[in-house]
Amino acid sequence: MINEFDTIAAIATAVSNAGIGIIRISGENSLKILGEIFEPAGKNVKEWESHRVYYGNIKEKDTVIDECIVLIMKAPKSYTRENVVEIDCHGGVSVVYRILNLVIKHGARPAEPGEFTKRAFLNGRIDLSQAEAVMDVIDAKNELARRNSVAQLKGELSDRIKKVREEVLYQIAYIESALDDPEHMSLDGFSEKLGGLVQNWIEATQKMIDSYDNGRYIAEGIRTCIVGKPNAGKSSFLNALLGEERAIVTEIAGTTRDTLEESVNLDGITLNIVDTAGIRDTEDTVEKIGVEKARKEIDQADLVLFLVDTSVPFHKEDLDILERIKDKRKIVLLNKSDIDNYREEDYEALKSRLQKEDPILPISAKYHKGMDIFVKELKNLMFHGKIDANQEMYITNARHKKALDDSLESFRCVKESIENGMPEDFFTIDLMSAYEKLGLIVGEAVEEDLVNEIFSRFCTGK
Amino acid sequence: MKTLEEYYDVVVVGAGHAGCEAALAAARLGCETIIFTVSMNSVALMPCNPNIGGSSKGHLVKEIDALGGEMGKNIDKTYIQSKMLNKSKGPAVHSLRAQADKDSYSMRMRYTLQNTDHLTLRQAEVTELLVEEGKVKGVKTFSGAVYHGKAVVLATGTYLKARCLYGDVVDYTGPNGLQAANHLSQSLREHGIELYRFKTGTPARIDKRSVDFSVMEEQFGDEKVVPFSFTNKEEDIRREQVSCWLTYTNEKTHEIIRENLDRSPLYSGVIEGTGPRYCPSIEDKVVRFADKKRHQLFIEPEGEFTNEMYVGGMSSSLPEDVQYAMYRSVKGLENVKIIRNAYAIEYDCINPNQLKLSLEFKNICGLFSGGQFNGSSGYEEAAGQGLLAGINAARFCKKEEPIILDRSQAYIGVLIDDLVTKENHEPYRMMTSRAEYRLLLRQDNADMRLTDLGHEIGLIDEERYEAFCEKRKRIEKEIGRLRNTTVGANKEVQELLIKNESTPLKSAATLAELIKRPELNYECLDEIDKKRETLDEEIIEQVNINLKYEGYISRQKKQVEQFKKMEKKLIPVDIHYEEIHNLRKEAVQKLNDVRPYSIGQASRISGVSPSDISVLLIYMEQIRHRKGKEDA
Repeated sequence: MINEFDTIAAIATAVSNAGIGIIRISGENSLKILGEIFEPAGKNVKEWESHRVYYGNIKEKDTVIDECIVLIMKAPKSYTRENVVEIDCHGGVSVVYRILNLVIKHGARPAEPGEFTKRAFLNGRIDLSQAEAVMDVIDAKNELARRNSVAQLKGELSDRIKKVREEVLYQIAYIESALDDPEHMSLDGFSEKLGGLVQNWIEATQKMIDSYDNGRYIAEGIRTCIVGKPNAGKSSFLNALLGEERAIVTEIAGTTRDTLEESVNLDGITLNIVDTAGIRDTEDTVEKIGVEKARKEIDQADLVLFLVDTSVPFHKEDLDILERIKDKRKIVLLNKSDIDNYREEDYEALKSRLQKEDPILPISAKYHKGMDIFVKELKNLMFHGKIDANQEMYITNARHKKALDDSLESFRCVKESIENGMPEDFFTIDLMSAYEKLGLIVGEAVEEDLVNEIFSRFCTGK
Repeated sequence: MKTLEEYYDVVVVGAGHAGCEAALAAARLGCETIIFTVSMNSVALMPCNPNIGGSSKGHLVKEIDALGGEMGKNIDKTYIQSKMLNKSKGPAVHSLRAQADKDSYSMRMRYTLQNTDHLTLRQAEVTELLVEEGKVKGVKTFSGAVYHGKAVVLATGTYLKARCLYGDVVDYTGPNGLQAANHLSQSLREHGIELYRFKTGTPARIDKRSVDFSVMEEQFGDEKVVPFSFTNKEEDIRREQVSCWLTYTNEKTHEIIRENLDRSPLYSGVIEGTGPRYCPSIEDKVVRFADKKRHQLFIEPEGEFTNEMYVGGMSSSLPEDVQYAMYRSVKGLENVKIIRNAYAIEYDCINPNQLKLSLEFKNICGLFSGGQFNGSSGYEEAAGQGLLAGINAARFCKKEEPIILDRSQAYIGVLIDDLVTKENHEPYRMMTSRAEYRLLLRQDNADMRLTDLGHEIGLIDEERYEAFCEKRKRIEKEIGRLRNTTVGANKEVQELLIKNESTPLKSAATLAELIKRPELNYECLDEIDKKRETLDEEIIEQVNINLKYEGYISRQKKQVEQFKKMEKKLIPVDIHYEEIHNLRKEAVQKLNDVRPYSIGQASRISGVSPSDISVLLIYMEQIRHRKGKEDA
């Protein structure tokens, strides 16, 4: 077990090449570490002052890594109630990581997700509900997610679960009483009656589980993969979505050698996009790694955007890609439709190879054409057009999903027991499991590692 | 004046079902033990129902036996009818019950006590508990004699300040007109022990010759008798069995009761004690189940050489004349003669929250207690506690760690945990519904669960232990064989399956897989199981159950794992609940009353909610964190 009084460090900002990066350090040794790696501009500092900003250089031995601003908050007047140092550097992924590594080299330990907030809580700085609130704010990626979590807090989810639990408990109690007092409580015809109820519970649970994907799409964003043969315009399309040039766009096939991740918000929907290296068989080893990665990304994606280059004839490679993504939710984008030789009828054959619900649309990534239709189709495909958190209830928490999955499994076991004509006392085993698992969601059952559970859901650096 | 003084390791007060087990266990573990009874004629007395076992209580008896207690052996010697109850249900709720010859039961137990080394049986009323500086020192009897003991086990049953009531008649006696113990309560109070007043009751005993059995349904014993003790085989105890009889109350009975309710001491307010909800008097039943037109009555013999019959299901504290009227309104009892009246009995017992899970008092070192004195009801509940109290008193003398059974190990564990942890305002009766993991806690596998422990404690001798290990080995071997024996979809197999209304095989299957099918079992596969050896029935039973219900058993085992995680989260003994932020006042009070040893136990205290437990868990995490800091 990791000691909780050691000094921890993490990058507290989103890791990207943009803007400023903050490295946060908390614990007894944070000031000592700072003294070893930071040289304040001007005079020597004998004693760090709390709640003061220092300016100077982060140095590794004699090499200056970056020019930084450092904020010091001494215990107990800090977020964690420990000595906290925040190093504000100029960003750039490599610089931020270099500074973090330096801090670790000088005795800090990489923080676990949520560990700063966990310490704040354990040291009495914030209470549990505040901790949860912090978490919700962090987790909510967009307005819809925020509204959904508000709805959950209001208790729509717990109302549904509590209702099922209440019914389950009543049936358990009935069976138990009948076993204890067979003279006064009869189990005649009970199994059939219970069978009907169990079916209802299965359906209710299933419905909540089904909402998980949508809930996750809302809360975390849709994991999206852009595929297409080299030079189909994947990077241009990504840039069109992002509205800025990020991936390297060149005319030479095979320029995107690695996967890039970007988040883009389209009318309330968050896409977490991985732009993959073009899928094709290649002899180039460096590129091969990218291709392998791309294949993995496709497997994990919620949505695949398939870009077809209409400036060249439909190719065997396109068919190969299509074969690879045939079971995924996808949108086919006929790119470069601005070019004169684009003819819609050329793609009738392609259409016949798609699932009925898969949209196929002409766009021009280069000229940002067809993007509004794309967004509309995207909503249709992923949310059946409606993504109103006020009307639909979504499960967004993976732990809740797990508990629901387990309950569903237990309900199915009860159903099987009934169908197999098992004596009633067997039903209570699985009914009780379902009851307990559902209780975990609404806080009416307790998990032993509650504290760790809650704080493990935080992001690193928070 | 010179008074008698004697020295013992363990002093047991009371020779009922709890006291007998406690004294035998302590003596058998080598402790010099003395056991007190108010009368030599009331050792292991059965003052109420004439049977041992029954739903969930049968489990207790088998567990007592597996741990090396006496009850199972004693009933096997003295039963006159035996029956496995709930056979139409799952194996978890199968329960063994035997009708006892009450006199023989009592006599045989007394004989066993008298012939156990290190054990002294003494008739005397204990009037005082001797305690010095929070440590028990012994007891004093009515005559002033002092019996020093390193440990004392209180098992006073229903005798403390007892009074028996029916109508407006109040007898200041213990059960069956035996002398009550009127002095000890005061001494206990002086030592800071909190007492409750509980009530229970018993029906009338009637003359067999005055009963018309021809209009009743005869209840036979089972043809195949299952012994309570794992040391006995069926053939060792097989005997001719006597019958019980089933009849019913009727509207007229209920009318008589309703009309006279105001004459019941229960309803008129004479009775102060709280009665058992789960063992209600006939008055209670008529009031509570107002829409029921009849209630079952079992007419059971009190023994082989007596004409007294027990009217099971009709305990009462109504006046004598009403008793006559209501019993005589029952079919077959029209001319019944009552030999002993039905009565309610009130007695002092303790709030068991004062005990640790070892059944030692939290505030008095070396003082243990068991049985109805702890607020339970029933012979079997008493015996189970008595056994553990005796074992732990002996271990206390030897400075060994106490034995604590948890809820996943035994009904006895459930019983003690419930008593010690939960709020208990009425006599506690064991029920299958109280055991969360009952599919694992079956009566048939009590030996599998507890013999190792019984052996470790020292109450199971080598010979018995070896026999047990052999049995366990055979079960495991046979299960392994069945899992590895494959049968093909051949004609013989398919025919057998069709004969048993089972779906024919599409491809080969193991015998274990076939046994799992609801319509099949071990026995019916005999023809296609070519390499089968002849095995004892109890081995076959274990093989069958373990394979047939494998899925359920493994799911229940998962639940147990979850439960154990919480049991292992120990609460520091010096915890200050008052200091815990966010803990509700009620929870603070309850936690202080019980002082649970683990988060698991804390979560079972009534009045402590899951959110209190969360707060507690988080607090403990903070403590751990702080401690870590200090240590650094």
